[in-house]
Amino acid sequence: MSIASTQQKGFWAILWDYLTTVDHKKLGNMYIAAGAFFFVLGGIEALVIRIQLAKPENDFISAGLYNEMITMHGTTMIFFAAMPILIGFMNAIMPLQIGARDVAFPFLNSLGFWLFLFGGIMLNLSWFLGGAPDAGWTAYAPLSIQSPGHGMDFYILGLQLSGAGTLMGGINFLVTIVTMRAPGMTYMRMPLFTWTTFVASILILFAFPALTVGLFLLMFDRLFGSAFFDVALGGNSVIWQHLFWIFGHPEVYILILPAFGIFSEIIPVFSRKRLFGYTSMVFATFLIAFLGFMVWAHHMFAVGLGPTANAIFAVGTMAIAVPTGIKIFNWLATLWGGSITINSAMLWSLGFIPSFTIGGMTGVMLGATTADYQYHDTYFVIAHFHYVIVGGVVFGILAGLHYWWPKLFGKVLNEAMGKIAFWFFFIGFHLTFFIQHFLGLMGMPRRYWVFLEGQGLDTGNMISTVGAFLMGIGSLVFIINVVYTTVKGEKAGNDPWGDGRSLEWSISSPPKEYNFKQLPLVRGLDPYWIEKMEGNKKMTPAQPVNDIHMPNGSILPLIMTIGFFIASFGFIYQVDNNLWLIALFGGMAIALGSMLARSLVDDYGYHIHKEDLEKEVD
Amino acid sequence: MNRWMGKIKALILLGFVSLVLAACGKENLTALDPKGYGAEVSMDIMILSIIIMIAVFVIVMLVYTVAIIRFRRKKGQENYIPKQVEGNHKLEIVWTAIPIVLVIILAVPTIFTVFDLADDADASESISIDVTGNQYWWHFNYSNEEIQTSQDMYIPVNEKVYLNIDSADVIHSFWVPTISGKMDANPENTNTMYIEAYEEGVYWGKCAELCGPSHSLMDFKIVVVSQEEYDQWVEDMKSVDPEAEPETASAQEGKDLFEANSCIGCHAIGSSPSAVGPNLTNFANRTTLAGVEDLTYENLVDWLMNPEALKPGNKMTGNYPELSEDEASSIAEYLLGLDHSEINPESAGNE
Repeated sequence: MSIASTQQKGFWAILWDYLTTVDHKKLGNMYIAAGAFFFVLGGIEALVIRIQLAKPENDFISAGLYNEMITMHGTTMIFFAAMPILIGFMNAIMPLQIGARDVAFPFLNSLGFWLFLFGGIMLNLSWFLGGAPDAGWTAYAPLSIQSPGHGMDFYILGLQLSGAGTLMGGINFLVTIVTMRAPGMTYMRMPLFTWTTFVASILILFAFPALTVGLFLLMFDRLFGSAFFDVALGGNSVIWQHLFWIFGHPEVYILILPAFGIFSEIIPVFSRKRLFGYTSMVFATFLIAFLGFMVWAHHMFAVGLGPTANAIFAVGTMAIAVPTGIKIFNWLATLWGGSITINSAMLWSLGFIPSFTIGGMTGVMLGATTADYQYHDTYFVIAHFHYVIVGGVVFGILAGLHYWWPKLFGKVLNEAMGKIAFWFFFIGFHLTFFIQHFLGLMGMPRRYWVFLEGQGLDTGNMISTVGAFLMGIGSLVFIINVVYTTVKGEKAGNDPWGDGRSLEWSISSPPKEYNFKQLPLVRGLDPYWIEKMEGNKKMTPAQPVNDIHMPNGSILPLIMTIGFFIASFGFIYQVDNNLWLIALFGGMAIALGSMLARSLVDDYGYHIHKEDLEKEVD
Repeated sequence: MNRWMGKIKALILLGFVSLVLAACGKENLTALDPKGYGAEVSMDIMILSIIIMIAVFVIVMLVYTVAIIRFRRKKGQENYIPKQVEGNHKLEIVWTAIPIVLVIILAVPTIFTVFDLADDADASESISIDVTGNQYWWHFNYSNEEIQTSQDMYIPVNEKVYLNIDSADVIHSFWVPTISGKMDANPENTNTMYIEAYEEGVYWGKCAELCGPSHSLMDFKIVVVSQEEYDQWVEDMKSVDPEAEPETASAQEGKDLFEANSCIGCHAIGSSPSAVGPNLTNFANRTTLAGVEDLTYENLVDWLMNPEALKPGNKMTGNYPELSEDEASSIAEYLLGLDHSEINPESAGNE
């Protein structure tokens, strides 16, 4: 591969390129595309749920199918939609923001993507192979152990595969940020999105192992006859809840912190003003992450942990309000005194502030244990975490898509459609979820297949269903926008917003495969803005034009993943028939064989030569 | 004219009041109209937290709105570069300190009430009931009185009642929103909580932890009666003779079928502690059939012939020989004769 590869290529060549790529930008786009696909799946599941709950005692779907829907909706949205899209941004944008040519481990990056994708495929294949998992996305034992069929096994193996991918991603980002910052890019000059990527990666590093352990125990209980969570044999099912939430609560911050990072990029750019209180924003991020590890039991106030534990976790939970409040006020102070342009990216960011504030406040309310005895496991909780995850994470993703679309794909998304999509989604969102706070307190627990007639829950549920469809329309308009822009959109320059502050806006849209012809010299926070203010059109280079060392693409990550994928089926079906052990060991052999191949065959990569580079125009 | 206006005003007021009431949900189900100690304490903390939150929200929204309106880029400002403010220590300290104070204001009463609700000092001299969650019904064992019943729990008004909650299968959660917050029913341990109802009545209970397909159909009731009525109920329940002859021939046939079809293997009548299926001692006095449906003769016959249609995944389906309509009718008649106590949900001045 050389620079000439940008020329016209056949379909198979392009496909091969994507299957073997280790380029962080392509992988980022693949993460976003795959995440968007799963987002649509999860969205359809959400609409099915809302149709079922449109009227009392509805029989649109059966009770069993309903439980599969809620489980798949939650699992898909968290693990296969929200997280991959954010990881896609981290992949595509973070190296550009720190002035790096790729991530630290491009091969690992590719492996992480394929593991995530095949994990998602694995989970969703359960629909066609005897039924999806049905014990809720939290998979509480003993229900998850007793769940008949193989649905829960697909959940376990699917999450295990994608979890391994996520963990690799987290380690990769950490090493990249620590070792590959451009000259002058000190820690305290890093853009907030890079900071939140860094902190979210730390969270991934420490939180995912808890999930991995929990899933392994569950897998052994279901497939190999152990009894970690089986009370009758001396196990303890509450331990699953601890393991799950020791992972699960930091997971919330793995999602929301990068979204905070995205808003912290967008708000300054479209207010044409430096981020207010940069230092306190960074420290608030760390504080949220730190506290995020000590509050997991607030998901378990009704378990009966006793008043001491309940009180301690209540105080810890409330404490998170303080750094979160700092962030909200810093964003407001950034707006204050700025010169605000409201386009689609900014609209999503401005929509985020009140929505997330409500979600954060109900979070504090939930933290007050005594009141939580009422909120717990009702629609109040559903409302709360959708305010946080939709109002925070999804709004962040959509804001980020509008903001970085030109950088990722070289075209600016259509503004008019962007605004239409926003208003449909925004109004639909509040219509769907605000009323649910009240539904919960009026006596509607979560995960209810039907609610009974004459219990005063009809109107609220109907409003909620209508809102969900408005959100659906909004999402549809966004998809149309993407298609329209791809076909007809206007070409974007390096800095399409005119007010770009960070390094990604100093290079072409989309960037060349090597990102920076010469690594830039960073002279402060918002380096590109500094140069522009001094009248420079480009970054000052920190090095002369030299040969650039690039990694080779490789098909091994995909083969390795397919090996694990086959082995997973072996794990699941060996319970029914010993012949499946062939798949188990065969799949493992493929995976381990590719690892061996990777270890034994040296791959020196290739160089883009100085002469070729000099011909390129930035 | 004035009168007319007055009428409209009254109408608007009435409309508003009914809207507010409707927004609070159904009486004796909603948590927003508490009639028990736990629910009341939760409500107090809720109100305190909501007041704090609304205050914060108003401030945030004020700053937000003013900022967006005042600092929106106007015509002619295309090239205007605002001052690049780095931060402001005083402001940052203010918006760190105030939330800390607010959190403390909320945390202190929270901690006190958490310990208050977990207080079991009076457990030994109070009524105590062992509550067991099952897929998909609730069993109540009044161990001191040697009474067993299911689905409808009878308690006296204004009395502390201790509940020892556990589960026979998967995790459930015991929730009677109007009286008290939740407590999980775990298979590995017994959780104790107390409830105290302030008013007589029939209160809806719900299972609040996903427990399988019929999770949403696992309703139960707490029937709160006066102390005298409660004593009477205990007396009646204790003196039930499970072998008593039914009144009609058809019911007698039903009783025979009930025994022949091994219904009795799971469903105890009387104070037998066996609880594979719901105890049926006072079945005819139940507020509902299977927790969710009106307890009528027709519904009961349908239920006996095809329980799966009403409660998917229940443990009764397929565990007894198929019944003809005649057989089901006889059993229904027998079961509807099981009203051994004069105290029933109507005694609670409700339903």
